[in-house]
Amino acid sequence: MRDNAPLLRIEGLRTVFRSSVGEIAAVDGVDLDVPRGRTLGIVGESGCGKSMLSLSVMRLVPPPGRVAQGRVLLEGQDLLRLSAGAMRQVRGGKVAMIFQEPMTSLNPVHSVGAQITEAMRAHDKSASGAELRDRAIEALKRVRIPSPESRFDDYPHQLSGGMRQRVMIAMALACRPQLLIADEPTTALDVTVQAQILDLLRELQDETGMSIILITHDLGVIAEMADEVAVMYAGKVVERATAAELFASPQHPYTLGLLGSIPRLDEDRERLLAIEGAVPPPFALPKGCRFHPRCPFAIEACTRAQPALEPVADGHLAACIRAPVEQSAELAA
Amino acid sequence: MSALLQVEGLAKHYPVKHGVLDRAQGVVRAVDGVSFAIARGETLALVGESGCGKSTTARLVLRLIEPTAGTIRFDGVEVSGAAELRALRRRVQVVFQDPYASLNPRLRVGEAIAEPMEVHGIGDARSRADRVKELLGLVGLAPFHAQRYPHEFSGGQRQRIGIARALAVQPELVVCDEPVSALDVSIQAQVVNLLKDLQGRFGLSYLFIAHDLAVVRHMADRVAVMYLGQIVETGPKRTLFANPRHPYTRALLAAIPHPDPRRRGRVQHLGGDVPSPMNPPPGCRFHTRCPYAQAICREQAPPLREVAPGQASACHFAEDLPRFDAAVGEGIAPRAAERLALYAAAKARRAG
Repeated sequence: MRDNAPLLRIEGLRTVFRSSVGEIAAVDGVDLDVPRGRTLGIVGESGCGKSMLSLSVMRLVPPPGRVAQGRVLLEGQDLLRLSAGAMRQVRGGKVAMIFQEPMTSLNPVHSVGAQITEAMRAHDKSASGAELRDRAIEALKRVRIPSPESRFDDYPHQLSGGMRQRVMIAMALACRPQLLIADEPTTALDVTVQAQILDLLRELQDETGMSIILITHDLGVIAEMADEVAVMYAGKVVERATAAELFASPQHPYTLGLLGSIPRLDEDRERLLAIEGAVPPPFALPKGCRFHPRCPFAIEACTRAQPALEPVADGHLAACIRAPVEQSAELAA
Repeated sequence: MSALLQVEGLAKHYPVKHGVLDRAQGVVRAVDGVSFAIARGETLALVGESGCGKSTTARLVLRLIEPTAGTIRFDGVEVSGAAELRALRRRVQVVFQDPYASLNPRLRVGEAIAEPMEVHGIGDARSRADRVKELLGLVGLAPFHAQRYPHEFSGGQRQRIGIARALAVQPELVVCDEPVSALDVSIQAQVVNLLKDLQGRFGLSYLFIAHDLAVVRHMADRVAVMYLGQIVETGPKRTLFANPRHPYTRALLAAIPHPDPRRRGRVQHLGGDVPSPMNPPPGCRFHTRCPYAQAICREQAPPLREVAPGQASACHFAEDLPRFDAAVGEGIAPRAAERLALYAAAKARRAG
C-alpha cells in the first residue's frame, strides 16, 4: 500500500511574482505525482514555467517570486511548511538537483573533489577528511568517470562538458537522494554525450531506486527517459499521461506541435511542423485557453474559457475542448 | 558544375606553448587537411562533436583566422590578398550559434542590421533604413522592432535578427555555425524553415555547421562528417542517411533521441570522449571508440575513398559494416501520425 503512494505529490502549486502590473503567476495551479523509482518528464518550451516548478519544489524561487499556494508532499511531509534549516537538510539530502550548464554550476576555483566532499560534509559533519575523499572517489566511480583518483584533484575547466555533467551528477547523488531533479541536464551537450548521460541516469536509477523529475524541451529526450509525462504550457499542465500512452495517442495540440517540431530521421519532410509564435509571458496571457493564439484547431469557444485538465482516456488527462482532434466535426467533414 | 566555394587541403595547427621560454610543446591539429566544395544554391552540412574542428573550419572559410595550409577559392578566385578578402567579406556572411552573445546589447536592432551595409558603403541612411524594414519582414519580424534592443527579444527572435543582419549585404554564401543548437526544439523548427525559405528565395548557398544529424537531414543537400580535424565520411544526404559507411556517422545517428519510447534501451551508444587533438590516436583516429576496430585500424590511417557514387568514407571496413537500422526504430505511432497530419492540414488552412 505504502509503496503505491507517490514519493512526491505536488498539489495546487502556484508560484507568483509581484511586479508593476500586479501579481503574475509563473506556475499556475499544478498537480503532479512522482512515482517511486520512476521518472516524471516535464516538457515544454522556455518560459512555460517548468524550471520555476522545480525551483518551487526545492524552495529556491528567486525573489520577488514566492510560492503562493499549494503543497509539495515528500512522503507525506509538506516541504513548503519546513523550517529553513530543515529544508536545507532536504536539499542535497533527500532531494538533489542538477542543472543545464555544468560549467556555471561548478565553482571554477575549487577542484571537483573538494566540491563533492563539501556537499557531503554539509550532510555529515562527523566524517573525517580521508573518509570523505574515499566516498567522493567512490561517487566519481559510480558515474563512470575513468581514473577517478586522479580526476579528484582536477578543476572543472580541465574536464569536457560530458565529464562536468557527470561530476554534477556525482555531487547530486553523493547523499543518496530519493529524488533527483534534472533541469535540462543534456541540453548544452553533444548528441553523443547526451545519449551517454541519459544512459547513465537510467543505470543509476536502476541501481539506487531513486525517482527522477526530468525537465526538457525535447520530446525525444522524454521518449528516451520518462515513465510519466506532464506537458506544460504558460504555467499550467496541459496534458498528462504515461510515456507509452502519450506517444501512442498525443491529445493536446501543443503536444502535437512539440512532436511535429522534432526533426526526424525516419521521414522525409520538406518543412518541419513548427509551432508558430512563442510562449506568452506570464503578464500577457491570452484569455481562454492560453495556447489558442498558436493553435491551428482553435475555435471561438477556445478564446472564452480556460479548458480544465480532464480525463480523455484511462490515466490520460488533457486540457483541450478540441481533443481528440479527429473527432472535431469540421475536421472530419 | 562550378563550385561557389572550393576548399583544398585546409589545415589549422595551433602551437602549444609552455613555460617561461614559450617553447613549443606540441601542436593541436584542429583542422587537418579538409577538402570540400559547395555549389551555388547548395547546402553542405559539416557535422561532428565538439572539438572535431567544424567551427574552426567555418572560421577558416570566413578568413577570421589564417590557415596553416590549404587554399580557399571563392567563385573561382583564390582568396589570398586584401582585395579578394574585402570582396569575400561582403559575399560571405555568418550566423552564429549564440544569438545572445552575437548581438551588441547597446545597438538597436535596426542599427545592428544596418551596420554591415555601412561598413561596405552600401546605400545612404535612408535607403538603409528602408532595407532594414524589408529585412525584418523577410525574417518574420515587424518594422517597429528596429527601434528595440536585443534584450527585448527571445532567443528565436534574436536568431532571426542575426539572419537579417547576415542577409543585409546580399551575400552568396552564408556560414551558419550551429544556428539552432541553443534554441528550443519548437523554435529550432521555425528557424530551420526560415533558412530554407530564404535559400529558395535568394539562391543562397549554406555551409551549415551542426552536431545534430536530425537537423541536418532537414537542411542539407550534402553532408560531411568530421572527426578530430578530418572528414571521415561525405556524401549526398539521402545516400549517407540511408547507408552510412563510417562507424562514426552511425554512432552520431544512433545517438539522436527519438520520439518513440518503444525504441528505448535497444540502441548501443558510443562511449568515451573525443581524444585530444594534440595527441590523436595512431592509425584510424576513431579506432579508440569504434566497435568494429581491428588490428589494421590501430596501425594504418584509412584514406577517404569513394565507396558509392558521390559517397566517400575513411574506414578500412566501409564495405563490410553490418546493415544499419539502429536509427529508425518503429517510427511514430499510427494514431499520433494521423493527428500530426490533421495538425499540419489545420495549420496550412490557417496560413491560407
